[in-house]
Amino acid sequence: MAYSFPEEVLEHVFSFIGSDRDRNAVSLVCKSWYEIERWCRRRVFVGNCYAVSPAAVVRRFPDVRSVELKGKPHFADFNLVPEGWGGYVSPWITTLARAYPWLEEIRLKRMVVTDESLELIARSFKNFKVLVLSSCEGFSTDGLAAVAANCRNLRELDLRESEVEDMSGHWLSHFPDSYTSLVSLNISCLGSEVSFSALERLVSRCPDLRSLRLNRTVPLDRLANLLRRAPQLAELGTGVYSAELRSDDFSNLVGALAGCRELRSLSGFWDVVPAYLPAVYPLCSGLTSLNLSYATIQSSELTKLISQCHSLQRLWVLDYIEDSGLEALAACCKDLRELRVFPSEPFNREGNVSLTEQGLVSVSEGCSKLQSVLYFCRQMSNAALLTIARNRPNMTRFRLCIIEPRCPDYITHEPLDTGFGAIVQHCKDLQRLSLSGLLTDRVFEYIGTYAKKLEMLSVAFAGDSDLGLHHVLSGCDSLRKLEIRDCPFGDKALLANAAKLETMRSLWMSSCSVSFGACKLLGQKMPRLNVEVIDERGHPDSRPESCPVEKLYIYRTVAGPRFDMPDFVWTMDEDSALRPS
Amino acid sequence: MEGSKSNGYGECDQANLKATELRLGLPGTEEEPPLKVESPSFNSRKRALADDAESVLQDGRKSTSGVPPPSKAPIVGWPPVRSYRKNIYSSPAEVAEGGAGAGYLKVSMDGAPYLRKVDLKTYKSYQELMESLENMFNITIGDCSDKGSDYAPTYEDKDGDWMLVGDVPWNMFTSTCKRLRIMRGGSRS
Repeated sequence: MAYSFPEEVLEHVFSFIGSDRDRNAVSLVCKSWYEIERWCRRRVFVGNCYAVSPAAVVRRFPDVRSVELKGKPHFADFNLVPEGWGGYVSPWITTLARAYPWLEEIRLKRMVVTDESLELIARSFKNFKVLVLSSCEGFSTDGLAAVAANCRNLRELDLRESEVEDMSGHWLSHFPDSYTSLVSLNISCLGSEVSFSALERLVSRCPDLRSLRLNRTVPLDRLANLLRRAPQLAELGTGVYSAELRSDDFSNLVGALAGCRELRSLSGFWDVVPAYLPAVYPLCSGLTSLNLSYATIQSSELTKLISQCHSLQRLWVLDYIEDSGLEALAACCKDLRELRVFPSEPFNREGNVSLTEQGLVSVSEGCSKLQSVLYFCRQMSNAALLTIARNRPNMTRFRLCIIEPRCPDYITHEPLDTGFGAIVQHCKDLQRLSLSGLLTDRVFEYIGTYAKKLEMLSVAFAGDSDLGLHHVLSGCDSLRKLEIRDCPFGDKALLANAAKLETMRSLWMSSCSVSFGACKLLGQKMPRLNVEVIDERGHPDSRPESCPVEKLYIYRTVAGPRFDMPDFVWTMDEDSALRPS
Repeated sequence: MEGSKSNGYGECDQANLKATELRLGLPGTEEEPPLKVESPSFNSRKRALADDAESVLQDGRKSTSGVPPPSKAPIVGWPPVRSYRKNIYSSPAEVAEGGAGAGYLKVSMDGAPYLRKVDLKTYKSYQELMESLENMFNITIGDCSDKGSDYAPTYEDKDGDWMLVGDVPWNMFTSTCKRLRIMRGGSRS
């Protein structure tokens, strides 16, 4: 018989446990712990908004202050998920508004958000503090105006990479004069001008403002004024970084930037005029994060800037940096943890810059703390990948995109199997991997054998047969998300590993060889999976069962099939009848 | 097995045999109905779209998967670049602040509070351009190499370098010039 502590004591102990996994483990110990835990859980993360119903969440956790939801699958970022697929936040907001009057934080990613939902948020939560809309869409600046006008305790408004219908820049003026609590504002994705005077007044009256990310329309000659009103800023995203500055304007800017002694992170830099970059030089030694991925300037200018950033931990940059710039990075930025190199001309088959695998090799040699890489390039070799793997066994995120699909090792013309094999073999804590180049089933054998901590795998134009998929599904013990496009993977591996799918968040397969029949079978056998067939050619029943489906999205769920699907999405149901919306 | 309710679905007869067969070869090629390809929203410069994968193979060697000859269809969602990143690749003339059309360039002059805009296409020579600038700013520039004048017309080229106007042939100048700045007297370096 258990003599347990009084509830209050347990609750107090649990209050130190923040991680979802630990909380979930606590709730499994016994019924009374489950009960105590559910009353004191304050933060809920739902990685797939269709995995559980909003009603079930509020039923189990009656007093939540922070909710994070994710909607569309990752490949939606690249237009692979058709418009209208789903991910609507509205039913969630309606339920949350009723259940959690004290809700403080809402974070959404890849969801469809309407102005009505934003208005409901603005009206329902008296102590609302944080709104993060990451890669969301469906709302306009009218919705933002409602939030600005009503959320008197708002600390954070972050619209990162969302698609916002810009009615006008006047929404910013809806923050009342009495509103002073802004800590973080990210409007970098907005297209139209915001009212500068409103922005300046807002910045002036918010002494706790630490992060300000402007949009492209904020001209450089207004930046100095803003900065003088917020010398405490830690993160700054400039607007357009070009102008015809007179020399006194320029020195004004230099002075204003230098006055921001806490500045650790810089971004923005649209349309950079190299002559104005020296304005940020005084800040370089303190910078830990630098996003130059919009800076269309040449390697020499980039190098001059980066070579001064000795504390840099994160760098996002265009491939204009070239191998030479990356060598300088490797030499100067010994604290680098994360590097992302984006393509300046992704649709140009010919390379336009001198950026090769060598740049990445240099960084892997020089930066001993490098753990996260996203690298677009046009050539790669197994030898380079092996070197990178040996240099950086501490790598946790490795995403390589060789721009031409099925591109072999440019030296040996072999597939890149052994190179990626080396990555998974040496980098034992690898959590995320994206493959590219010419790859056979072999690479998947390596992945299944060695990538035991791998949680997310992205595959495109790779493999020869079902064996490839089978290796991954049967071998990767920690796999949560698998996304595949244009690979010859079909029914066999999927059906043989059906049970595995319940241990994962989701599986996406598009332009593969999974037949409609197999999808139906899977839907029948696995009631706790939603097997969604996405096919814009019309009802799958009008084609033979062996016909491959265009796109397939499988995810585990306790909510059953959803009912908000458009007419090109079907959930394969238990009774094997099609279930249209 | 019939299946030809319409053209697109009839092709599944072949797919019947091939789709579940383990084979070397990729889906979406030859036998199967062509998947609908959305036209991606690339930037207005309309860069050459990526050809299909197979044509990448170096030295004409075949890949191990023996793929069929390349098609020219653009690949949706490849390379995996977010759409907002595609906007930065506009040429300088397309970055239109204030709605100016392509071709208009900004002209500044040291000491003058306002910028002006010119469309280089309306001029045929340096002389015409200089005359126009002189009128605009009410100054005398004279011959480009005239050391007697207080004003030196300069321009920023595609590489971001500031050059003296007049060194290169006119056509080369118009294709490489991003903006103009008339420098005064002692500000010349």
